[in-house]
Amino acid sequence: MEIFGIPSQAFFGQLLLGLINGSFYAVLSLGLAIIFGLLNIINFAHGAQYMLGAFGAWLGLNYLGINYWLALILSPLLVGALAVVIERSMLKRLYQLDHLYGLLLTFGLALMAEGLFKNFFGVSGESYEAPELLQGGMQLGFMYLPIYRGWVVVAALTVCLTAWYVIERTSLGATLRAATQRPDLVQALGINVPVLVTATYAAGAALAAFAGVLAAPIMQVNPVMGSNLIIVVFAVVVIGGMGSILGSIVTGLSLGVIEGLTKVFYPEASAVVIFLIMVLVLLVKPAGLFGKQA
Amino acid sequence: MKLKHIAQAAAQVATLALLAGTAQAQVSDGMVKIGVLTDLSGTYSDLAGKGAVLATKMAIDDFVAAEKPSFKVELVSADHQNKGDIAANKAREWFEKDKVDVASELVTTSVALAVQKIAKDKNKLVLMSGPGSTAITNENCNDVSVHWTYDTYALANGTAKAVTQAGGKKWFFLTADYAFGHALEKDASDVVKANGGEVMGAVRHPFPGNDFSSYLLKAQSSGAQVIGLANAGGDTINSIKQAAEFGITPKQSLAGLLVFITDVHSLGLKNTQNMFLTEGFYWDLNDETRAWSKRFFEQHKRMPTMVQAGQYSSTMHYLKAVKATGTDDTAKVMTQMKKTPINDFFAKNGKIRDDGRMVHDMYLLQVKKPAESKTPWDYYHVKATIPAAEAFQPLSASRCALIKK
Repeated sequence: MEIFGIPSQAFFGQLLLGLINGSFYAVLSLGLAIIFGLLNIINFAHGAQYMLGAFGAWLGLNYLGINYWLALILSPLLVGALAVVIERSMLKRLYQLDHLYGLLLTFGLALMAEGLFKNFFGVSGESYEAPELLQGGMQLGFMYLPIYRGWVVVAALTVCLTAWYVIERTSLGATLRAATQRPDLVQALGINVPVLVTATYAAGAALAAFAGVLAAPIMQVNPVMGSNLIIVVFAVVVIGGMGSILGSIVTGLSLGVIEGLTKVFYPEASAVVIFLIMVLVLLVKPAGLFGKQA
Repeated sequence: MKLKHIAQAAAQVATLALLAGTAQAQVSDGMVKIGVLTDLSGTYSDLAGKGAVLATKMAIDDFVAAEKPSFKVELVSADHQNKGDIAANKAREWFEKDKVDVASELVTTSVALAVQKIAKDKNKLVLMSGPGSTAITNENCNDVSVHWTYDTYALANGTAKAVTQAGGKKWFFLTADYAFGHALEKDASDVVKANGGEVMGAVRHPFPGNDFSSYLLKAQSSGAQVIGLANAGGDTINSIKQAAEFGITPKQSLAGLLVFITDVHSLGLKNTQNMFLTEGFYWDLNDETRAWSKRFFEQHKRMPTMVQAGQYSSTMHYLKAVKATGTDDTAKVMTQMKKTPINDFFAKNGKIRDDGRMVHDMYLLQVKKPAESKTPWDYYHVKATIPAAEAFQPLSASRCALIKK
């Protein structure tokens, strides 16, 4: 059987690969969306935080013997802690100013982090092995699926859905959303908004680091791994609607699939297809697919 | 970093000023100035970069210590960020204002092509170690440029020929979608076909990429025995890593058409074992290469790539030519360089042809299995030495205007 002129086996294989890549887009764009939603900061350091997460795992394994599973928790915690320092010492001074200032500051921080790691580790990067439990693969009939890739989808979706549940369905989430709309009122009700803001930034950064640890066994861990990805992730967020949680998850996954299919039919265009969609969406629905019109 | 280099250069000038006697009148200003224009921060900074600057410095130090020249030798370096326009501006500034006599290294073909033209205009020398395109000594050739270490023809010729002759007849290419990747794919395809092989297909991927699994799956279903990687740097690294992940290797084998020892080091032997590749230099060839590489390693903490080793070799050859002719006049030095065979740890009986190609032996290498590697950086089996006469594009096929047929 053939679908659009390619064997169905190959087609399903590519669909699955798209979904796997989409999972990364989903986790990364979710973090960005949360940060933008509450802090109004366009976090350009997101790619660097993703890279730090991956390096955290690699350094932990090679210098401290920390295994993958621990790294999956510790690395995001560490990057989250670093994010607390950044938010408290720098970002919080910028909330009253134009978006551009936050963007420039985080962009600068990202460049510094990248430069620092380039200096110590070079650009070729380091190899990180998948844990033994997740090595090898399964023959699915239509393709050979490395077990690790399957795990990526499961882990990423679990984290995304948990984040969505916390924000949309719990009282903590309700407070968060209220603080996004009217920080002054929420503050007046006796809720410590600045702490909430700091925690949100840390959580967003931790999500990026989590994606970094997930990516470490698939991509070479190198200082520029984040900057290669971050622009695409920004496009995903714009398409989904800035600040929309569900939007970023759904768009992340579906754009991964679209990109994957482009790689089958016309690979040369796979780097631009997401931006093409972004342009179309901005023309038709400027607030993004899931965004609320201002 | 630049400050550090400037400081190093300044320190060097001070030392050299003490060492040097009275300057000869023929060497302008009594000083030879070598500019290393390389990638100090981007994709190619591991294979060239700081290591190339260090290799140049080692060559200058060795030359001054051994030859006691009557002129001073100064080193400057800059980051061209792999951008032709930045490189062109820097080269112009060096040649016009800073009295730089020779621009060297120039990894990234687009950079090399741009600087070659400026050097011709300003009548200055260019010594290229890092760039790969054969255009440098064909369409773009001129009488002030030397292409030292390798080119895409030599790599494709070495790897594709050996693999095809060893029975890997059916090929599929994974190609970076820009000039360099296309050139590499074409060169390799020609070699595969000439040796009775067949090209089953190719996929062009955007540059740079992160995830190559889609393309690898295509390659897997193509029925090819060999997947030729016509890409470089991070793209090659991730292609190889993901091929292992998807169980493509070892059923199908990979042929890296541009793989440096730093790539193998970064990937580890588990991911790269059994892969064939071609290089112009390997640190563990003989006592001479080991001795030099050990000195390099002590300062750089990494073994040299062929680009870095070639950089030392070309700098030394140039300086010796300046000393022999007693002038830094471009034409005279170039004549001397072309006249003199190159015999050092890098090349034996190397020769610069009229198209600017330095021809020397190349090596067909195979990556060792993890268990076979005894010491750090012990990565390759040397499978064959490709003699200089066969390694590079023959002059009969040259498209260079300087070659009379």
